[in-house]
Amino acid sequence: MTKYFFTLSVLMALITFSPLSSHAAGGGKTPPSQDWHFSGPFGTFDRAALQRGFKVYRNVCAACHGLKRVAFRNLEALGYDEAQIKSIAAEYSVVDGPDDEGEMFERTALPSDRYPSPYPNDNAARAANGALPPDLSLITKARANGANYLYALMTGYKDNPPEEKHIKLSAGQYYNEYMPGYIIAMAPPLSDGVVAYEDETPETVSQYAKDLTEFLVWAAEPEMEKRKAMGINVLFFLIVFAGVMYAYKKRIWADVKK
Amino acid sequence: MGSNSDRQPFDNTVVEWVDSRLPIFTLLQKEYGVFPTPKNFNYFWNFGAILMVMLMTMIVTGIFLAMHYTADTTLAFDSVDRIMRDVNGGWLMRYIHMNGASFFFLAVYIHIGRGMYYGSYKQPRELLWILGVLIFLLMMATAFIGYVLPWGQMSLWGATVITNLFSAVPVLGESIVTLLWGGFSVDNPTLTRFFALHYLLPFVIFAVVFLHVWALHVTGSNNPLGIDTKGKQDTLPFHPYYTVKDTFGLVVFLILYATFIFFLPNALGHPDNYIPADPLVTPAHIVPEWYFLPFYAILRAITFDIGIPFTDIVIISAKLGGVIAMFGSILLWFVLPWLDTHPVRSAKFRPLYRKFFFALIVIFLFLGYAGSQSADATLLGVPMSILGLLATAYYFAFFLVIVPWLSKNEKALDVPASINDAVLKDKKG
Repeated sequence: MTKYFFTLSVLMALITFSPLSSHAAGGGKTPPSQDWHFSGPFGTFDRAALQRGFKVYRNVCAACHGLKRVAFRNLEALGYDEAQIKSIAAEYSVVDGPDDEGEMFERTALPSDRYPSPYPNDNAARAANGALPPDLSLITKARANGANYLYALMTGYKDNPPEEKHIKLSAGQYYNEYMPGYIIAMAPPLSDGVVAYEDETPETVSQYAKDLTEFLVWAAEPEMEKRKAMGINVLFFLIVFAGVMYAYKKRIWADVKK
Repeated sequence: MGSNSDRQPFDNTVVEWVDSRLPIFTLLQKEYGVFPTPKNFNYFWNFGAILMVMLMTMIVTGIFLAMHYTADTTLAFDSVDRIMRDVNGGWLMRYIHMNGASFFFLAVYIHIGRGMYYGSYKQPRELLWILGVLIFLLMMATAFIGYVLPWGQMSLWGATVITNLFSAVPVLGESIVTLLWGGFSVDNPTLTRFFALHYLLPFVIFAVVFLHVWALHVTGSNNPLGIDTKGKQDTLPFHPYYTVKDTFGLVVFLILYATFIFFLPNALGHPDNYIPADPLVTPAHIVPEWYFLPFYAILRAITFDIGIPFTDIVIISAKLGGVIAMFGSILLWFVLPWLDTHPVRSAKFRPLYRKFFFALIVIFLFLGYAGSQSADATLLGVPMSILGLLATAYYFAFFLVIVPWLSKNEKALDVPASINDAVLKDKKG
């Protein structure tokens, strides 16, 4: 009887806490799981994919979406050296100041600057787009099942809503299977060949989406590789320590209960 | 002559010098060295030590986070993100702290469940139990206001929903809410006072924990048999027997905790809290942290006004009813020692109490599930609101009807004469 209740409790606990990892906000298909380079306890980022994803971000997303929490110096993690980072930063200008005369001025961005956002503020971004394009620095952490969701969203556009959904799209609205509520204000951002890759990697929507997702997961969790590597060491230590303590406990307790 | 005349001198001269002036080593020796502890503890008795470690972990990591955190609505979210990206070891401190709240609650729920199962709240440990319930309430308050500090969407909207509950209090309600907010909505004054309180409350918890442990060392620990220790043959000195057992249990607990910190750091949180708070956008589905879900379900179970039948007079509105039920569900624990007056402590010898207790655990977990669902959800075609109400009804019936009834009517099994007898019998059988 006790066993039965115990099993029931454990089962109940599993049912209770399983929805926590995947809060599906009303409407929108569950994104299928992809096989990511960074998945699992030993997963790392693929540097080449990060660089390609960064290129997709710069050439496509950056027109409307900011990446304000990432500094150019952080790009070192993508495999760029100092000179490359300097030249990437030099392609942008940022507002600095005030100078000695009290004037704000524009200057070339430095590695220590954060990625400049496309709009001066949220209202300007909203006015230009009809809806607010969110900053992408934390986007994969800010969505349930972030990486898979983002990939599914990038590849989930359909030309017309299916009849049975009874969805009417107005101007500036698009149908996307994975968007909560199915209606998205962002036009399909990717199409085959829109970004030129320097290597042989296929220039397809799904490849772009994959690389972009990898890049944005890095942007949201730049500590991930360090964290997992440290975690392996910590767990190794704790498991060995638990074994030692168990043996020690056995020995100390050996003379009890005789 | 001072009060420490019965002190045994120490061999080490430095220790002796200190101890003869302030007998702190004598105290440690008495309370953690030779302290007589029942020899039949199972692993459920590890959670006291685990909770102590969790409290220290939260305080230490919290102090480091506070050095880099800015309590201002325009900066709070960014300062937390800076901790994650730019502060050395910041992401580690934050993930330890963030997941620490979850594991603190996991341990405290097991600790409380242990107390209820083995009757640890019964005479002479009533005050020990009451102090424990007080610690739990302080923990809930601390965790709730702590969740507001990162100033994400769930921080803001969770705070709005929960602080609004107090408006249901008759007459004083609106004033209480204004006082909590420091204004007329959850805004900067709310954040700054929550930060101040979040730094204060852990030390209040620490003080009550001190009293809790003090009370424990006066009455001595309960044990799985729930019978009093009768002499030296029933006990072991705390050190080394329980220091080593507690350390082993703690390390096993830390393995699970570390797995979440390093590999699933955000699995227990809500993704919406990585979206900066926006008073103009309400999240589709406002849910509290998992450890509050059962109580959140009790709050939402009361969806009807209580008034005089056949008239329109409402005595308790649905909102006030929910608030009373939610707070009442915990406040009931304060009087548990007087609701359960059965002379046998351990559920091991109370087959009926045991069955009802396990049913309570299942119901409590179900309430957690109900709390995580949206208000209009259904399970097997039955509306969640009805299931939540039924589960809430069982929860209250357990404490207010079943336990008092069992106190008078349950015939307990034979209780062994002493811990030593039982241990020897186990060995033979």
